Amino acid sequence: MTAALIGKSVSRVDGRLKVTGAATYAAEFEVPNLAHAAVVRSIVANGRIASIDTAEAERAPGVIAVVTHRNAPRLAYQPHKGLPDAAVGERLHVLQDDRVNHQGQPIALVLAETLEQAVYAAEVVRVTYRNEAAATDVAGVDPVLPTGKPAEWEIRRGEPDSAFEQAEFRVDQTYVIPRENHNPIEMFATIAAWEGDSLTLWDKTQWVHNVAEEIAAVFGIAAENVRVISPFVGGAFGSGLRCWPHVTLAALGARVAGRPVKLVLSRREMYYGVGYRPHTVQRVALGASRDGQLQAIRHEGHQETSTYEEFTEALLSATRFLHACPNVHTRHRIAPMNVHTPTYMRAPGEASGMYALESAMDELAVALDMDPVELRLRNEPDKDEFKDLPFSSRSTRECYRAAAERFGWAQRTAAPRSMRDGRSLIGWGMASATYPMNYAPASAMARLLPDGTAEVMSAASDMGPGTWTSMTQVAADTLGLPIERVKFTLGDTNLPRAPIHGGSMTMASVGSAVQAACRKARDEALGGAGANDLEEAMKLLGQAIEATADVAPGDETKRFSMHAFGAVFVEVAVDPDLGETRVRRIVGAYGAGRVVNPKIARSQCIGGMIGGIGMALMEHSAVDPRNGRVTNANLAEYAVPVHADAPPVMDVIFVDEHDPHVNPLGVKGLGEIALVGVAPAIANAIFHATGKRVRELPITPDKLL
Amino acid sequence: MRGAISPAVAQAAGAATAPLDVSLRINGTEHRLSLDPRTTLLDALREHLHLTGSKKGCGLGQCGACTVLMDGMRVKACLSLAALAQGREIKTIEGLAQGDELHPLQASFIERDAFQCGYCTSGQIMAGVACISEGHAGSPQDIREWMSGNLCRCGAYDHIVAAIQDAAAVYSSTQEG
Ligand code: FES
Ligand code: FES
Repeated sequence: MTAALIGKSVSRVDGRLKVTGAATYAAEFEVPNLAHAAVVRSIVANGRIASIDTAEAERAPGVIAVVTHRNAPRLAYQPHKGLPDAAVGERLHVLQDDRVNHQGQPIALVLAETLEQAVYAAEVVRVTYRNEAAATDVAGVDPVLPTGKPAEWEIRRGEPDSAFEQAEFRVDQTYVIPRENHNPIEMFATIAAWEGDSLTLWDKTQWVHNVAEEIAAVFGIAAENVRVISPFVGGAFGSGLRCWPHVTLAALGARVAGRPVKLVLSRREMYYGVGYRPHTVQRVALGASRDGQLQAIRHEGHQETSTYEEFTEALLSATRFLHACPNVHTRHRIAPMNVHTPTYMRAPGEASGMYALESAMDELAVALDMDPVELRLRNEPDKDEFKDLPFSSRSTRECYRAAAERFGWAQRTAAPRSMRDGRSLIGWGMASATYPMNYAPASAMARLLPDGTAEVMSAASDMGPGTWTSMTQVAADTLGLPIERVKFTLGDTNLPRAPIHGGSMTMASVGSAVQAACRKARDEALGGAGANDLEEAMKLLGQAIEATADVAPGDETKRFSMHAFGAVFVEVAVDPDLGETRVRRIVGAYGAGRVVNPKIARSQCIGGMIGGIGMALMEHSAVDPRNGRVTNANLAEYAVPVHADAPPVMDVIFVDEHDPHVNPLGVKGLGEIALVGVAPAIANAIFHATGKRVRELPITPDKLL
Repeated sequence: MRGAISPAVAQAAGAATAPLDVSLRINGTEHRLSLDPRTTLLDALREHLHLTGSKKGCGLGQCGACTVLMDGMRVKACLSLAALAQGREIKTIEGLAQGDELHPLQASFIERDAFQCGYCTSGQIMAGVACISEGHAGSPQDIREWMSGNLCRCGAYDHIVAAIQDAAAVYSSTQEG
């Protein structure tokens, strides 16, 4: 019998491919007779194309075609809404008319023999515009409730207004987070190849099946005729959830050129061609009694979206259940602007909403002169007060305790500016974290071979969290085979359908499907051969056994409120003269159910912490309010954490948590919660260090001077 | 850095692109190519030689994903024109392992889980090899400073530093022994 593999720190099964450069990302597939594409993008935010002169580009060496709205094939653009698409509105149609909806919108596609030729020719396409007034300054747009039932966007329990007015201690502040871009290091890329009416796409995506369905709808063909291949994704953080217009452009280009086309976005195009975390403005009002009992929470927020789609995210969800409070009001609004549609970025909603809520909680702790951990403990709910359901499990107390102990929180002196190291002001801050447990229908197939090996597959993705490895572990563990004997495959629409690779749901969903398929195959093999040992059974049977399993959630969402919880503690050092903040230590404790691979899970958590440092201290897509242009659309001016920004001490604690309710594997997901709570913990630590409360991210040195 | 004519400048220089015969020595093998003079070393590797281990994350010298060794020094292949790399000894991630045996830094990257998505990894490893040979891997703080030209958006820094420390220790022990 092999030792249990679930819960073991095995090294990544795709590690060798990644360290030798042999892992193949979207732009790297060798497809013969490839033409290269470059995109011409609008330089106005709203208006019409008055003229477009492609003559010089067409004459340029190596150019195969220049496609604009004037000569592009009319595309079907049949209705299709995948899970990551905005519920209200219509996606951008590319090269179908002269309308410009946002800065950086694709307006021409150049196809050429080489990349250099395509890039050159794209530069000599001459365009004039009929400009129209554009709303590109989020501060100048009046927010409105999204379309739909107002009750979905505005939620009230108790008497929040009067409770707030009567509260002895009050905090009422506004918090701003600017637009942020995911900036995965791999840029988006698609290779498209038609064979008659069938299309193959090698694409960077977090959901192959959605790409197939979207492109099928755009071209008016059957989804079965679109195959999408995406075995490796060089980071995405949500940016690859939707199928973006460049995928359509690649397929359109391949149709026009009559040969395969490769389209790789430039880093600059990554700020216009895919979505971003929207700019948010949030007001949080907290009322409490002298002993720290929350009596009222009012949390309202609005975020930018485009004029053509109403993107919304779970900005205010956590506020409704994280802390106990009888009187709560939340209101979510949107600010439609002449920008392209935002999208989900790591912990969408929660990361932003919790920055505001947990900053306000810290302000309340200061007002009460109470330890911020104690304040949270005094407001620990015994159920989800919004849904009126018990939590399937909730390890907040244990997370606060474990992280505080590891951090040495008891040594903290409460007064701001009271801790120093030489010249540096030292600050210790903390925040809570939470993210919903998501579990969606998923399928997997297991094939047992007579030689005692197994092939297991599902059309899942792996943008970095280790799907390749964790699924191999679950499969080998379930089959009772050594891990080397199991080969897991993902990232291809020819495989059984998996849900979207986002919302921290892959382990729960695909993992449960893999487990079920392997159980089924194993039972069949053992039963068929009348043996107790799988390898022996396979030898006896002498032929392959295949089993497919579909899993789906039951009624547990009706019975339980299911979330991962955590706590993040941070030490910062602030230079009092330069205003520069360095994060010295981060300790995060998470109650996230079962952890399948602690080694890889740690990577995910430290990655979230680094992302949180970026959010708190650096990241800001600086949108020119006059024209919607991103003024820092590159990796030199859009600052992200580098090696030297990583704290010398990063500590990740997984508290022991067994949750039998969430899904068959008992996992809650880690990808998102690892980011939530980091930015507020840093902001709170900076207040503790300096006595300055900065309510607009990122907290750059100028804001501390 | 030698040979650093910005590709953007080169590409803006005009449409005239009589192909140029270029001979590149990569991982010990000579490759003869006929290239558009505007072709960067990175695009020559990726688009013409199908050596896609070197990654493109920006094409502007800002991310480090394209780091290769040129005559033993780390350079950003996206900022080097292929034609100017003629006569140099170029080493890419594909040339680092000895047959089946991984370079110590490749092995420690796996052991330390020094990556998630893997897209920055080739560049991190090539830069890490140089960081060690330059003598800049003496302490974690040294490594952090000297590796800061290589971005990892997955945030694997803590593990990358540990992996470089491990490999540096292997080096110094083999050198002493
Ligand atoms: S691709 Fe060369 S530095 Fe980014
Ligand atoms: S591992 Fe993904 S960018 Fe470094």
